[in-house]
Order: sequence, then structure tokens, then C-alpha cells
Amino acid sequence: MSGALGKDLLGLEYLSAEQIRLLLDTAEPFKEISERAIKKVPVLRGKTIVNLFFEASTRTRISFEFAEKRLSADTVNVAASGSSVVKGETLVDTARNLEAMRIDMVVIRHGSSGAARFLAERIESSVINAGDGKHEHPTQGLLDLLTIRDHRPIAGTKVCICGDVLHSRVARSNIWGLLKLGAEVAVCGPHSLLPLGIEALGVRVFDRIEDAIAWADVLNVLRLQLERMQAGYIPSQREYYRHFGVTVERLEKAPRDLLILHPGPMNRGVEIDSRVADGPHSVILNQVTNGVAVRMAVLYLLAGGNPERAEAAKGGDDR
Amino acid sequence: MPPSERQLLLDDGAIARTLERMAHEILRQTPDPRHILLIGVQRRGVELAARLGRVLADATGAEVPRGALDITLYRDDLEVIGPRPLVGATHVPVALEGWHAWIVDDVLFTGRTVRAALDELADFGRPARIGLAVLVDRGGRELPIQADVVGERVTVGPGERVDVCVRELDGRDAVEVVRGGKAAP
Repeated sequence: MSGALGKDLLGLEYLSAEQIRLLLDTAEPFKEISERAIKKVPVLRGKTIVNLFFEASTRTRISFEFAEKRLSADTVNVAASGSSVVKGETLVDTARNLEAMRIDMVVIRHGSSGAARFLAERIESSVINAGDGKHEHPTQGLLDLLTIRDHRPIAGTKVCICGDVLHSRVARSNIWGLLKLGAEVAVCGPHSLLPLGIEALGVRVFDRIEDAIAWADVLNVLRLQLERMQAGYIPSQREYYRHFGVTVERLEKAPRDLLILHPGPMNRGVEIDSRVADGPHSVILNQVTNGVAVRMAVLYLLAGGNPERAEAAKGGDDR
Repeated sequence: MPPSERQLLLDDGAIARTLERMAHEILRQTPDPRHILLIGVQRRGVELAARLGRVLADATGAEVPRGALDITLYRDDLEVIGPRPLVGATHVPVALEGWHAWIVDDVLFTGRTVRAALDELADFGRPARIGLAVLVDRGGRELPIQADVVGERVTVGPGERVDVCVRELDGRDAVEVVRGGKAAP
């Protein structure tokens, strides 16, 4: 078991289907811990984890922090603003300084694709990618998988990722994870927001949201980032909503009930209708709950043991 | 690795009789049988708790609440051996205050599992009393922990293992002493 994931979690692209299943299966019993009156188990007692966030994040940072605290780890939050980063310190110097204070893991969110790997190759602590540029957001991918799996088997399920796939690390982690577990994957959005040649991954492309809804079992609706509009990728939010908004009227025409996911934060009335977001098929808040369990599973499985000392502890099992 | 050698300690009939006796011992040691709560330790302790629960229900005419603990996250050796797979759910059906909680496990050996179970149970609340019932006590304690109710005592050497098989998981009921061979998962 030890080393089942290796030292770091950088992306779902680098995991096998078996490793992804192990993560999801491990997340399952961790859900229960958050339902206890005392939401804490001692398993990471004595481990020190640094949450290094170079980009704004509420949900992901808080979710990691809850996961860490519920496993009894000691945590420190470092935000780029107000840290020595603004004084010009490089990423690797920041991390090496933290490591000199004897930490065990770093959770990193960074605006540059590949930042997590860059760090992982330079420090001994485990590195968990909490979103790097347009590359991956593996724990979001895992919590989406877990949420879908709560409702239906992933293999054979048709999942359409809607919206700004081009700039989305969530979309990439989803595509890798879903394909590895045997789902059928499609994307839907304006052409300016879809990566060229995405079909080569085995992903179907829909130009019209109506066609996507007719095909899919699950919609994962991505957030439309406002800055994209200013950059000219889409004409206006209203026009986007008119063509690609996931609305009750559009869902009513679907041949089956669709499960609706959204990684948050939502732009109500832009990519998703409020009545859908709060509707009976929305599992958006379940995603948030599952996020804590998935992150607990990641932290737990990355907290490596000490194989050299394992022999000495043999016989500790009550048999 | 030499081939393992198995010696039968209890067959299915003996297990049923032993559990019957253990249930009555639990009743004798609990001042008010309405406050009995059975907590099985994953995995085989859960099945044994279910069977004890049925005997107790027959004897008292009332259902006995049952819970389960997976003690993996409370082990004291994870730092050394690394993360283990979580084998089953943890579930405590009642607020523990006022209950006489009985921890049920298949084999009592070093006592470290029981230590972990006590710690985990304490995180759920404060029962009026906690008892320990085990099907087999094989000796070899590494902690000052003893069972209140023991089905069978056996002296087993350090190179040997006690395997408890239950119908629900293993397809048969048996307790065996195993010499050599690979440890069961």
C-alpha cells in the first residue's frame, strides 16, 4: 500500500485506473468522519502541511484545510499576497525555506501550468497539485468522479463538460479521470473556448448545448471566467447564456434525467440557470462535501510509511 | 516459505456454542440489559457482534443496537508501515452516553487493536462502561489490556497465527491455528 500513489499527486493523467479507484474507494469511508460530532481522527498527527496558494481560492483552500485538520495534521497557510513572494522570492526558494522548517507536504495552487511538478522535482516533501494554470486540478477531478459514482457506475456513463474547456484545468482532470474509468466524454461550448484537436483524446465535440443534453447522462458545467469575455473569446455573457446556458427549458427536452455538476463558483444566469443549480438534479453541494473526503483520502494515501522500520512492527496485527 | 499447517480449534458447532455462552456472559456482566450496545471491530468482529446480537435478542426479547469500528486510522504503526486500506465502515448507531458498550473482536493478541478501538470510541462519546468480548484470546499482549468475556483461550507461539473464518466473509465457520505460510490479509 505504501507508495501506491508515489510521492506526489500532480494530475490524473499520471495515475492508472487502479490508482484512481483506490483513491475513490479510500474516500468513501472518509465521508463518515465529517458526519461525526468530533470530526477528527488521529492518523496524520505530527505531520505538517503547508497550503501554498499563489492564486485566489476559497473553496479548494478551505476544503484542503478541513481535510488536513480532520486528519489531525498541523497546517500553515501561505498566500502569495502578504508573503515574501511579493518581495521577489522564487517559488523554489519559498518551498526550500518551508522545507527547512521540516514540513511533510505542500499543497500548491499556482497560475502557471506545471508549477506543481516543478516544485515536486525540487523538494523532498510530497506535493499535491491544487490547480496549476490550465493544466490540472486533480482533486477536483476526483471529487467529480466520486460524486458521479455516488449516483451511477462511471464506466459507460456519458459525461459532457460544458463551457470554457480551453482554459480549464478542471476539464483536463475530468477528461483524464473519466476516460481512464471507462466513461464516454464529450465537450460542448463555443469553438473559441474548445482546445483544437481534443477529439484525438477520444472526446466527442458538440456545437449545440441541446445536442449535448440529448446525448449525456451527466453535465459538468464549467464556470465562464469573466476575463475571457474581455479577451474577446465570447461576445457577451447574455449571448453565451442564450446559446450555451444550461436552463430548465433545455433540460426538460432531455430524454432522461441528467445529473448536474459545477465546480464553482457559479455565475448564475451565465453558464447555468439558478433553477437548475438549485434543482433536484443538481449535485453541486454534494461535490463540495465529497471534496473534503477526497482530499482526506489523498493526504492519507500520500502520507508514506517507513518501510525500513516495517519489519520491526510486524506482529502488531491482532490475529 | 514452507507450506502452512492448519489445526482446527473450533468448528462451526463449537463456534455457535461459544458465542451462546459469550452472550450469556455479556448479559451477566451488564447491570441493565437494555443498555447493551455491541460494537464490532472490522471486519470479523462485525459479523461476530451480529451473531451475539441475535442470541441476546432471543434471550431478552429486545433488539440490541449494533455498531462497527474500522480502527485503521487509530493504529499506532501507520508511521512505520504506511497507509493501510480502509476495510469497512465505522458506524455508531446511538449517542454513547449511558450505554454499556461491548467491543467485539475475533482474536485478542497484542491488545493494540483494542487500544485503537478504545481511542476511536472515545471520540464518539462517553459510554457508561466499555467491555471487551473476544472469540479467541491467544495471549502475547503488548499492552495492559484484558478481555471481560473470552470464548476460547489458546496459547499460540510467535510464529503461529489464529485464523477466524466466518460464513459471511469466508464461506465457512472455523477457528484454526496456522503454522507457517503467509499472513491472512
